[in-house]
Amino acid sequence: MASDLVLDIPNDLASIEEAVDFVLERCSGCGDDQRSLRLNLRVGLSEALANAMLYGNGPDPSKRVKVEVAFQGSTITARVTDEGRGFDPRHLQDPTRPANILKAEGRGIFLMRKLLDEVYFNDRGNCVTLVLRLPPYRGDGGVGGGARA
Amino acid sequence: MGFQVEKVNDVLVVDVEGQLIVGNRQELKQKVLEELENGERKFVVDFEKTGYIDSSGLGVLVSLSKKVREQGGELRLANLNEDLKTLFELTKLDTLFHIADSREAALKGL
Repeated sequence: MASDLVLDIPNDLASIEEAVDFVLERCSGCGDDQRSLRLNLRVGLSEALANAMLYGNGPDPSKRVKVEVAFQGSTITARVTDEGRGFDPRHLQDPTRPANILKAEGRGIFLMRKLLDEVYFNDRGNCVTLVLRLPPYRGDGGVGGGARA
Repeated sequence: MGFQVEKVNDVLVVDVEGQLIVGNRQELKQKVLEELENGERKFVVDFEKTGYIDSSGLGVLVSLSKKVREQGGELRLANLNEDLKTLFELTKLDTLFHIADSREAALKGL
C-alpha cells in the first residue's frame, strides 16, 4: 500500500488519542461527511490501535505500533501493525448474541466491522487494514449514506 | 477527563467528563464498586460531558450493571449524544440498559 502518512507510535494506550487526532486532521479533504470521520474512522482506528497494544504487543514497552494511512479521493485506508505473534480472527464471537451480551470484552472488532466498509487481517493476524469510503465531496455539508452510522 | 460523583436524593450520579476508554475505565469501575460496597444501590451515569466511549468503556458499563443488579440495585444511563447512542445500538446494549434522554428522566422512578 502506498502510504500518504506513516506513524510509528509507542506501545502506550495514552498515545492513541493523539495519533487518531493526527490522522483525522489530515482527512479534512476527503469528503464532507464529518460524522463518518468523527465516529466511524475515530472508533475504528482507536479500536485497532487499542487491540494492537493490549492484545498484539501486550505489556511490552519496547514494542511499537505502525500506522499507515492512504488517501485516495474519498477513500481512506488505514493499516495498523503490531509486533505481536498475531491471532486468528476467524473465531471471534458475536457480542450481540444473548450468550455474549453480558461479557465485558469482545466488542472492538465487531464495532470496526460495523462502522468501516472493509476490515481485513493479514495471515499472521498482527496487521489489520481498515477501509472507509466517504461520500464524494459535495460542498453543501451533506451527509452521505452507506453502511455506516 | 474524569468522573464527578454527587448524591441526588438516594441516587449516586456519576458524571463522565471527556471520554470513557480503556485508559480510564478502571477508575470508573473502582468508584462505582466502592460506592456499592458502601451500600449505594441506585446509580445514574451521566454522559452529558462525554464525547467518546470505546469498546472497553462499553464493557465496563456492562460489568458494573451486572454487579449492581446482583446486589439488588439498578444502574441507568443518561444524556447519550447521537454518536454514543449509535454505539449502544450497534452493539445492542441499548436493550440492556435503561437509557434516558436527561438526568431528570433517569432519576425518575429510581
